[in-house]
Amino acid sequence: MSAPLLEFRDVNVHYGAIHALKGISFSVEQGKILALVGANGAGKSTTLRAASGMLPISKGGVYFEGRKIDGTRADRLVSMGISHAPEGRGIFANMTVEENLTLGAFLRKDKSAIAPDLERVFELFPRLKERIWQNAGTLSGGEQQMLAIGRALMARPKILLLDEPSLGLAPQIIEKIFEIIVKVNETGTTVLLVEQNALLALEVAHYALVLETGKVVAQGPSRKLLESEEIRKAYLGD
Amino acid sequence: MAYLKNFGVILVGIVACVGLSPVAPELMNPYLFSILMYAGINITLAVSLNLVNGLTGQFSMGHAGFMAVGGYVSAFLTTEYLSKMNPGLPAGLNEIVLFAAALYAGGLASAALGYLVGLPSLRLKGDYLAIVTLGFGEIIRVLILNIDAVGGARGMPGIPKWTNFGWVYAIAFISIITVRRIMASRHGRALLAVREDEIAAEATGVNTTRYKVTAFVIGAFFAGVSGGLFAHFLTYLNPQTFDFNRSFEIIIMVVLGGMGSTTGAVVAALFLTALRELLRPLQEITRLDFRMVIYSLMLVILMLTRPNGFFGTKELSDFGPFRRFKRDALKDAAAADAPAEGARG
Repeated sequence: MSAPLLEFRDVNVHYGAIHALKGISFSVEQGKILALVGANGAGKSTTLRAASGMLPISKGGVYFEGRKIDGTRADRLVSMGISHAPEGRGIFANMTVEENLTLGAFLRKDKSAIAPDLERVFELFPRLKERIWQNAGTLSGGEQQMLAIGRALMARPKILLLDEPSLGLAPQIIEKIFEIIVKVNETGTTVLLVEQNALLALEVAHYALVLETGKVVAQGPSRKLLESEEIRKAYLGD
Repeated sequence: MAYLKNFGVILVGIVACVGLSPVAPELMNPYLFSILMYAGINITLAVSLNLVNGLTGQFSMGHAGFMAVGGYVSAFLTTEYLSKMNPGLPAGLNEIVLFAAALYAGGLASAALGYLVGLPSLRLKGDYLAIVTLGFGEIIRVLILNIDAVGGARGMPGIPKWTNFGWVYAIAFISIITVRRIMASRHGRALLAVREDEIAAEATGVNTTRYKVTAFVIGAFFAGVSGGLFAHFLTYLNPQTFDFNRSFEIIIMVVLGGMGSTTGAVVAALFLTALRELLRPLQEITRLDFRMVIYSLMLVILMLTRPNGFFGTKELSDFGPFRRFKRDALKDAAAADAPAEGARG
């Protein structure tokens, strides 16, 4: 079997005196969806930020396609194929939808392939095409989340890091977004998904990790976790 | 072709400014003329600060410091060396070449300092960056105050009066074109992305530190050049001129014009420079110096009625009859990009 696409080996992260990640190890296989679930402050977003180079790690190593990548600048990682759609959407509110999306392809050298990719994003999110000239700040929450995912896809990532795509959205919209995440994954993009809505995340993911105060407390194929009595009690509200 | 056309626009602009140069002082009394000159210098200052504060969203309060460095470096060069040199060119040209060299040196010194200050401090955000840059401006002022070679607190007299209308407005024009060209490119979009959301910009692959420092350095360069213009117009420099009030004046121009609007920066620089002088006759009526009180009150009223400044983030090219030009510019940019990409593969 080939090396995993992304691998964490005993990763530790400190925010000043706070020990946010206490030795996390896991790997994401090519073409799969891995979900990180857990309560507030468990270290889910911190894990994503460590993967995309936005946070320095204090111990351990992050590997991408077998290469050590911790300490590499975030913009380098984007050109290597790691794309991060940050929590709270982080869209450029005063720019148009189109400008937002083209900024997603900021580092790409194959300029001629950008237009077809833009079309592909519009196929995934027809709503964005309708609003192409609109300022991103005037979009609804769901549309903004679509834009954030679309922008991340414009970098043609090998792995897409999604931070709380369901945050603050209506259930109907959330369902749509998750359908699209599955679609994106089916076209070959590996997904690392952070989600508080554990039930939903476990339904779409192949594999899942449960984090608690900076440690992995359970992991396995998501179907197994869905069936586990303990997990259902602690995270799914049964 | 598009490149040549842009070059043509720049050339025509500079020639127009230089051509007007001998005529301008004849058209008005010397007092009015000096206001016009300060307004032109302020345009360069406001446009360059707008690149940092408005377009990149990094609140710098040290623009007077960069202006001081550029002013002192170029003035020191001209008074100590250049005015005594004779490169053997025809009489008029001598002065032009030497002055250009002095201004450029001042700008470069200022840009180098901008790099040194920017690299560590641009990691900070918002209020913290503002305080660091404010402190930097004061450090520069106090340092100059203690350098005897440039006159210290006595100031630096006897600077040759080389600045004329052509220099001031040609450089203002160049600064405007520079900022506009940057903003029309992908680098400009990266700067805007940093302003809009730094984390998202980083996530899309923008090297945020590099872009912030670059904007800061370009801003510092033009501040340094306008410092040189200022020095060679007033023919006397004093460190007190470059205290934080001076920085605030430029910030006010940027905010009043609209953060992120080059058009706004130009209009506000002209308007505020003129306003302070227009209020002068009031002093004769009231017998008390209410001038700055009224000036400040007008700022308060203007900001209450137009909280986004005169232009917000809009440019002249966003309005009515001027729109056509913008669309042409966009088409030109697209045409210019297309063959270049093919070559790159």
